[in-house]
Parts: sequence; C-alpha cells; structure tokens
Amino acid sequence: MPRLARLYVKTAFIYLLLALAVDALALMRVPGPLPWAALRPTYWHLFLVGWVTQMIFGAAYWMFPIVGYGPTKRGDERPVWAAWFLLNAGLVLRTVAEPWQARAAGPWPAGLLVAGAWLQWLAGLAFTWHIWPRIRGWYRRGRA
Amino acid sequence: MPRVSRWYLRTAWLHFVLASTWGALMLTYKAWPGLGAWVWRLRGWHLEAMLVGWVAQTILGVLFWWLPKLPGGVSRGPTGPVWLAYGLLNAGVALVVLASWGVVGDGLRAGRALEILAGLAFALNAWPRIRPLVRARPRSTASEPSS
Repeated sequence: MPRLARLYVKTAFIYLLLALAVDALALMRVPGPLPWAALRPTYWHLFLVGWVTQMIFGAAYWMFPIVGYGPTKRGDERPVWAAWFLLNAGLVLRTVAEPWQARAAGPWPAGLLVAGAWLQWLAGLAFTWHIWPRIRGWYRRGRA
Repeated sequence: MPRVSRWYLRTAWLHFVLASTWGALMLTYKAWPGLGAWVWRLRGWHLEAMLVGWVAQTILGVLFWWLPKLPGGVSRGPTGPVWLAYGLLNAGVALVVLASWGVVGDGLRAGRALEILAGLAFALNAWPRIRPLVRARPRSTASEPSS
C-alpha cells in the first residue's frame, strides 16, 4: 500500500471518529457555547467528505489501474498530495467556521467559511485531474 | 477495469464534481446571503448527486470490477442487468433532482423507485459473485517442502 494511500486512509479514520463524536455531543445537547443544531451539517460533512470521500480517494489512488511502470506507475502524485492538503484544510476551516458563523456572524467566520468551501472544491478537482486517466482498462507494456 | 465499471466510475466522478460545486456555492451563500437565494435550490441536487450519484455509484462500479468472478474464474456474469442498473440509477437521480425543483410532480417517489430497481438489477449480477475466492489452478503439493 503506497504512502499516500496510507495517509488518506488513516486521515479518513480520524474523521470517522471525529464525526461520530460531534454527533454524539450534539445528540446529548451538552451545555456550552456551541450551537448544536448548527453542527448537523458539520457532522454530515465530516462523515461524507472526511470519512467516505477521503476513503474512496485513498482506495482509488492505491487500486485503480496504473498508467505506467516503475516509481511513476500511478502517474503524477502532485495533484494527489495537493488534494489531501486542500481537502483537509478546507474541512477543518469549515468545521470551525460554520458553527462560528451560525453563532456570531461576521467577516472572519464568513471569510473562513468561503475559503473552506472552495479549498474542498479545489481538492475534488485536483484528485479528479489525477484519477480520470486511471479509469481505464489494465495497462499493458507497449500499449498506450 | 471492465468497460461497465469505467462508465460507472466516470459518471460518479462527474456527479462528484457537480455536487461539490453546488456544495461550495451553498456554503458561500451561508457566508454571503447576497449571492442570492437561488443557490439554496441546488440543495436537492447536491444531496442526491453526492449520496447516490457519487458514493453509491462508485461502490457499485468498484463492486462489479472487484467481486470474485463466477465459478471457472473467467466471467463476471451477464452485464445486461449491470447496464440496466446504470441507466436506472442515473435516471433516478435526475428525477429526484427535477422533483426537488418542482419540475416533475411525483418525481421524488418515481426517482426513488428507479433507484431501488437499479439496486435490484445490480444484485442480479453481484449476488452469485459474493462467494469465497477459488483458485483456478489448485497449488501443487509436490513442490511444498517436506516437514
């Protein structure tokens, strides 16, 4: 299992635990400064983007057909690295800014929320850029 | 990767790119409501494309590819039901999206029905393939080291 795939899968597991913890706290309505109702979309996105999508990305990077031989057999890794950083930066920003904006709307949480949204979007594009040529039949030496 | 899986996965990735674009716009709207309330009308599309178009379709595409082949180890079984499932699933997603805009009156139920039929059609191929892997050629015992 390549290093990048391990990174994706391990990060995905962390988000699974985080998502379930957020939902558990929201269901218990633990008294405190957090607006629990505003955390519902945060929970869903920690689960679906942090856990499910990140797990799909990690497995796809690892298992989808290769496009060559040797160290670069999976193609250019840079968009996959970029997608990991962008996805996680965006998701963390969203997780912080969404409840913040719900509780005390202002330019800071609004700016962070928008940044988080479009960082995640860029992550999706970067990973798609990498994986699209790998959705193909098996590579055979001598064939394009 | 078989051709039908390539169709599932490429379509799933298109759903993902569209759904994440609508998601980013909706989140931007939460920060800047001046963007226009029209953005919130994308919510139905965002949810359906993410959950069914992206996640479910990716799983189905990979399942067809990775599940054990039928006894004999050559065939993945008839692809007719898998192609049918592909059509039903994406038509279902489209109907649910149109229903979320009020374009199709009873589209939500009809769309869900198509998605259920897609699951059943896919299962026709997948169910017999959910079985232990059997090696095509049993390993010879002659070459094993003697104890």
